[in-house]
Amino acid sequence: MSQANADVVIRAEKISMIYPGTIALNEVDYRVYRGKVNVIIGENGAGKSTLMKILAGVQQPSKGTIYLNDEAVSFQHTRDAAAKGIGMVHQELNLFGNLTVAENIFLGREKQHGLMPLDTAEQHRVTAELMARLDQDIAPSELLSNLKVGQQQLIEIAKALADEADVLILDEPTSALSKTEVELLFKVIRDLTAQGVSIIYISHRLEELMAIGDHITILRDGHFQSEAEVKDIDVPWIVREMLGSDPVSNFLKPGREFGKPVLDVKNIKLINEMGLTLVDDVSMDVKSGEIVGVYGLMGAGRTELMECLLGLQEYSGEVEIAGHKVPAKMDTSDRIRYGICLVPEDRKKNGIFPISSVSNNMTISSLWRRLKHRFSIDDKAEAEAVTSAIGDLSIKVSSPDIEIRALSGGNQQKVVIGRTLLTSPKVLLLDEPTRGIDIGAKGDVFEMMVKLSEQGIGVLFSTSDLKEIMAVSDRILVMSGGKLTANIARSEATESALVSASAQGL
Amino acid sequence: MKTSQNTASQQSSVFSGESLLLLALKMRTFIALFLILAFFTFMVPGFLAASSVVIMVKHIAINAFLALGITFVIITAGIDLSIGAILGFCGMVAGWLITKGIVLPMFGIAIFPSVWLVVPIVLVIGGLIGAINGILITRYNVAPFICTLGTMYIVRGASMLLSGGETFTGLSGNEQLGNTGFELIGSAKLLGLPYAIWMMFILAGVIAYIAKRTQFGRHVFAIGDNEHSAELSGVKVRSVKVWVYTISGFCAAIAGIVVSSQLVASHPATGVSFEMNAIAAVVLGGTSLAGGRGTIMGTLIGAFVIGILADGLVMMGVSEFWQMVIKGVVIILAVIIDQKQSRLQHKAAIVQQK
Repeated sequence: MSQANADVVIRAEKISMIYPGTIALNEVDYRVYRGKVNVIIGENGAGKSTLMKILAGVQQPSKGTIYLNDEAVSFQHTRDAAAKGIGMVHQELNLFGNLTVAENIFLGREKQHGLMPLDTAEQHRVTAELMARLDQDIAPSELLSNLKVGQQQLIEIAKALADEADVLILDEPTSALSKTEVELLFKVIRDLTAQGVSIIYISHRLEELMAIGDHITILRDGHFQSEAEVKDIDVPWIVREMLGSDPVSNFLKPGREFGKPVLDVKNIKLINEMGLTLVDDVSMDVKSGEIVGVYGLMGAGRTELMECLLGLQEYSGEVEIAGHKVPAKMDTSDRIRYGICLVPEDRKKNGIFPISSVSNNMTISSLWRRLKHRFSIDDKAEAEAVTSAIGDLSIKVSSPDIEIRALSGGNQQKVVIGRTLLTSPKVLLLDEPTRGIDIGAKGDVFEMMVKLSEQGIGVLFSTSDLKEIMAVSDRILVMSGGKLTANIARSEATESALVSASAQGL
Repeated sequence: MKTSQNTASQQSSVFSGESLLLLALKMRTFIALFLILAFFTFMVPGFLAASSVVIMVKHIAINAFLALGITFVIITAGIDLSIGAILGFCGMVAGWLITKGIVLPMFGIAIFPSVWLVVPIVLVIGGLIGAINGILITRYNVAPFICTLGTMYIVRGASMLLSGGETFTGLSGNEQLGNTGFELIGSAKLLGLPYAIWMMFILAGVIAYIAKRTQFGRHVFAIGDNEHSAELSGVKVRSVKVWVYTISGFCAAIAGIVVSSQLVASHPATGVSFEMNAIAAVVLGGTSLAGGRGTIMGTLIGAFVIGILADGLVMMGVSEFWQMVIKGVVIILAVIIDQKQSRLQHKAAIVQQK
């Protein structure tokens, strides 16, 4: 286990991180191998982000030592870590759209001396070299906002490389990327490892880990769980190590029956201010008790379609909710009363009310259902509704009065789902409901969707994960470039058909 | 998340120490009020005599009307700088209606409405100015700070124009015109307390009820916490915001009526910079300028702290210049403590959750 072998770049011994009241990491031993892709995986809260933050100098461990090339080091700041060649690319891009590529890369360490002007030529030269190293045809003077998300991700990597990073930590680098962009990223990663750079790769997507990883480390509940060569293991093994049991991959019972359409959409079209067609003539329906999955890449128009249905965008076309024609001008609150509800994609930005209590977060959409004399809030009914929702969704919370931001991501998501359920929806829209939550919580979310469909609710959810869409949809819609490119029953769907439909017209 | 037994005992000891501090921080406006009261009682003989307390609370009431009205605005993460000007303008409108009446030149007459009509008219005008603020902010996307800065100048200018800068005097009305009684709002007493004080407590009660027990109140907090989420949750963000500024204008109108009634005169420059005292009271009461957090009780206590501080310093004979400095220091201290509290509260919530 603990041979100090030359292939190890970073060796962390007995790292503990203690927060007031909780232990995020408990005597974790961790090794990073040189020139390899070191995958680290674990459920949310297993401690992988904390460990990475310690390696990158964002945080200091309470106990333990880090050895870099067999030399004990301690990082007080990210700059210390960067100076020793450890760079981190965070999940959220930290880039500036109105600066050029070169300016972004050199932000905060501009090539400039004394009162001399910026040495733009030198910056551009280094940037061009980095782009060549990443095999990208991007001009150093290009404005960052003109790049695609995938390219922006590479600029983040270039930023780390500009610091002569020897070890590169990538935190969920693919969460915003399309399939082709992921392949491009993988190619870059392989080139970098060939150049001797060690990569630490964090992701929730197991297939990706199997595809790109060399070495895997699994954390569970703040402890080191196990370590293996990727070539020796398979996905079920990873999941077992992470969770301790085999996951369920098909959530639907056979012989499911559906009722009348609860959502009927004809010729929805959405054109934005810049004249781009975001949703192009989409017609579809969702029947009572049916789960319809919308598959598509980033920017395929899934989110925009849901926003139209909820009345957040000015669209043209016909929408019928539970048999009621809905005028295009009708606002969100009235639509919610008709029985449609959305669990938004970006929980932090559009989902939660961070400093409000769990209880207030849950009831905000359905206050009108529990009024005394149609005016004042019925506290008792509210408390009952909240308690039963917390029970139904098995939300882990010590008290409904606690601020929601104190909860873990999965539990926050459940609260947002609870909010929509308290409105008694007929149609439930879920936009990427599993984004950024761990496998255990994903299973909970899927099981809940199935349970709701069995109660007669029509469920429409979107995802860019093929496995997910196959696991819980009765019918699968595929969107590409705003158009609906496929509408297939799951029994007839194949992964390859879905992938090709998602790439139509691109 | 699983934590072992011994961390559980660790966390409870950490928790109790910090929870005491947190409790003290939460109660800080009360504590500040108590300390200030104790200080002045000790320093100023007769500070707590009934007559001086009543006068002090009468002063406080004016600021409290404004502060209560603006609390909702601040909870939605907005600001209303025009309330001082609305206060002045509403006083001027009341003065105009009582001394000059509604002039109808085509008939060559002037109608003098009774006080029972003057008061509602003025309240509606205050509310309407607030509503205009709200509409400008929501419909045309003007930042609240700029929008209400603009209306502040417009409204202040309008009140100057009403009288050409002169003061309307003799608001007690005329027996023959049947519009007497306006001065009673400011001078009459019920059970030994002036009307203004009763009105302050009633208004605080009503606003607190709206905040706690109605859909509207919840929506106000939701908008301040996360406007995007509020929109997606079916909160009518625009209409709630318009109402919030309407309430602010309405409350400023109440203050305007009370001030001009107490003085039995209305001067167009009344209320200059009153909005700053109101904002200070709200912030002192623990409402966050970033929105989403705040209590009505806090605002009321905040108004008391500011009012007692101001009058107490006067009674101690501290110079006006030093009063300003001290008030500023207190406000900044309040905000620093507020930051500390919100951080501790977050930490405590996480500990409780684990």
